[in-house]
Amino acid sequence: MAKVIEGLYYAESHEYVRVEGNIGYVGITDYAQEQLGNVVYVDTPEVGDSVAAGEEFGAVESVKAASDLISPVSGEVLEVNEALADAPELVNEDAFNNWIIKVELSDLSELDNLLNAEAYSNLCGE
Amino acid sequence: MSENKKTCLYDNHVKLGAVISPFGGFEMPIRYTDIKDEHLAVRQKVGVFDVSHMGEVEVSGPDAERFVQHVFTNDVSGAEPGKIFYGMMLYPEGGCVDDLLVYCEGEGKFFLVINAANIDKDVEWIKRNAEGFEVEIDHQSDYYGQIAVQGPESEATLREVLGLEAADLVFYTFKKVETMGETIIVSRTGYTGEDGFEIYGSHSYIVGCWEKLMSAGVKPCGLGCRDTLRFEVGLPLYGDELSAEISPVMAGLSMFTKPDKKEFIGSEALLKQKAEGVSKKLVGIALAETDKAIPRHGYEVVDNEGNTIGEVTTGYRTIMTDKSVCLALIDASYAKLGTGLNVRIHKKLHPAEVVKKRFYDKSYKK
Repeated sequence: MAKVIEGLYYAESHEYVRVEGNIGYVGITDYAQEQLGNVVYVDTPEVGDSVAAGEEFGAVESVKAASDLISPVSGEVLEVNEALADAPELVNEDAFNNWIIKVELSDLSELDNLLNAEAYSNLCGE
Repeated sequence: MSENKKTCLYDNHVKLGAVISPFGGFEMPIRYTDIKDEHLAVRQKVGVFDVSHMGEVEVSGPDAERFVQHVFTNDVSGAEPGKIFYGMMLYPEGGCVDDLLVYCEGEGKFFLVINAANIDKDVEWIKRNAEGFEVEIDHQSDYYGQIAVQGPESEATLREVLGLEAADLVFYTFKKVETMGETIIVSRTGYTGEDGFEIYGSHSYIVGCWEKLMSAGVKPCGLGCRDTLRFEVGLPLYGDELSAEISPVMAGLSMFTKPDKKEFIGSEALLKQKAEGVSKKLVGIALAETDKAIPRHGYEVVDNEGNTIGEVTTGYRTIMTDKSVCLALIDASYAKLGTGLNVRIHKKLHPAEVVKKRFYDKSYKK
């Protein structure tokens, strides 16, 4: 059964954001990695790129398919998780600790549009 | 849209917890656990696939050979019973109706194995073109279940688990076997680049085989790894590398067509394509050694001046060699080995080069 963590914000497209002050760590949920199967490549934006809530910012790819990553928040990319370039399987091992991008949030009110842990669990039918 | 069909093994797939998706009009298992594990089982040991979605048509009658010669690109004239040929059925313009196997049964009988997604179209095509030939067309897809046992240990698996002796079969031959009150077909064929067998029988016989193989610990393999396996050794998939628009000459499969030896539907077009050259060709493409991005079906291929010159037909990060490679249909003028070009992946252009279409060597038992 997929893990869901309290205190994170969740998008219906199965990304999460962990918020610390005005910084957001964005990744895919445990449920998403389970559905995908073995992740073999993560396509990421560059540091300094802007991401916008609801818009695609990269892709996670299993052997079989590429799934777009949809940003749950808007802002500037401060950091990209470089470890995933060499070891994309980290997303399978621990999706919540292996965030994909670190974003300087430009609009904290966007978080109100996201789901809490309970609502997200319901979405995943668990 | 009508509902997707289920094969005779559908309940077994559900019981095994397979990820199931529609393919070719059937609900098919894509993977049971992990595509990579299933892929490696076939390369290193043995795995079993449900391929009951494939279609079967038997052609018989006094004109059967002449008719098969008329609709099929390869040359079956005078073939020994037990021999199997790979080839295509073509439209007059040279595009493919389908690619298929023809099993020569002898006594004027031929067993055609066609792609699931094309069953209705093919049967209609075969019947339509049979006019004027004294043949009987028997569509048997609903009768047959089919499994593929593939991998270096497959001959031993057939003997030890299924009680089928197949050491006498060489690659691309088959035999009929009387067992459990029915006649089954066993052929040394497959779609993985490994030694292996395909077994055709009644639904109950095939389900029985599957259950014996599961009890013996043979790995169930889904269509996910069937695609990575066939891709790695450069085997085409209808819909990707062959289509109504892609002729066997464009796909580099001329060796399975014999337009210089016999007349068949599309032979004129092939002779013309061979003489004049084709505008598009199927090539292998490899990204730079360090680039882990994955080219996928439909992605654009772009030359160094920024012109779109074609598109990817199938692409993967290969499992055996860990390289980002693809097959692509591109303008023939760029098809030379070593030509530099680019693949557009998620908006960015990734430098790449034309390479051979085979990314891993086959190991068939000839």
